[in-house]
Amino acid sequence: MSATVAAIATLALATFAIRAAGPVALGGRRLPRPLSAALAALPAALLTALVVTGAFDRDGALAVDARAAGLVVAAAATLLGARMVTAVLLAAGTAALLRAI
Amino acid sequence: MTPSAAPAAREELRGGIRAGAPLALPMLLIGLSFGIEAVTRGWAPATPIAMSLLTFSGAAQIAVLGVLSAGGGVVAAVAAGLLVNLRFLPIGIAVGPSLQGRAWWRAVVGQGIVDVSLSTARLPGGGYDGWRLLGAAAPQWLGWQLGTVAGVVAGPRLGDSGRYGVDALFPAFFLVLLLRELRRPRARLTAVAAAAVALALIPLAPPGVPVIAGCSVVLLTAWRT
Repeated sequence: MSATVAAIATLALATFAIRAAGPVALGGRRLPRPLSAALAALPAALLTALVVTGAFDRDGALAVDARAAGLVVAAAATLLGARMVTAVLLAAGTAALLRAI
Repeated sequence: MTPSAAPAAREELRGGIRAGAPLALPMLLIGLSFGIEAVTRGWAPATPIAMSLLTFSGAAQIAVLGVLSAGGGVVAAVAAGLLVNLRFLPIGIAVGPSLQGRAWWRAVVGQGIVDVSLSTARLPGGGYDGWRLLGAAAPQWLGWQLGTVAGVVAGPRLGDSGRYGVDALFPAFFLVLLLRELRRPRARLTAVAAAAVALALIPLAPPGVPVIAGCSVVLLTAWRT
């Protein structure tokens, strides 16, 4: 149990520091132009990395499974104008359905 | 921006909450999936709840759960969580220069940094506002906490969580956000590069590294301009 407490505390404190670092160090300053340009591209890179690892990483190995099918359905629903909640639920429903059959 | 409740601050806070509100329910669902998976994999109920309150990062918490379930040790699990959360560092660097006020207040505002902050907390004229950032994170925070508790309560009754496809919720959530981002043509090249790097590293690197490495492709964008 104490190992769990230590793990949670370490993660919490370090995450607090990581979140605070940029705002504390850079508040009211200016970034060099190339760095601002790079950071403008960050949302696309970050979201892509989260999608890819969330969908294709199965305990450290590449895997194309029911989650990938769920993603295809969620993407199609979004492009057809579905709300986010609907798209996300369709992804889970698709994965569940594929695993059931 | 100072920590006073001036009318302008309240206005930004409200604007942030409005921007973040549509993400509350999807976040609740992912929190639910985290809570369910944590208890079905044998965690004590208090552990996922404490983690959600103290860490408030879906990607990191899911990574920790994944490493522990795959038989990795506690140290490897925490390292994975930290690596995943390093993604908040460049977001903080992007947001930081816009923030005013004392250092402690900027540290507090930084706690509102989430994956979508760069779009939800952005002011129409460019730059970011501290109150707006906190307001945008609040609905997600609430959804994440409620979802975790609900998952912990429901988990033992549900059995195998994979049966419900809850592990597809997390990537789908970020995919919907990504599709909005990809309306900008320049973002598409970035996304392709990030996907290639992250995919290549999944079997090679420890958990967390593929996400950070994927983010680092933006440095190539800077070099190109």
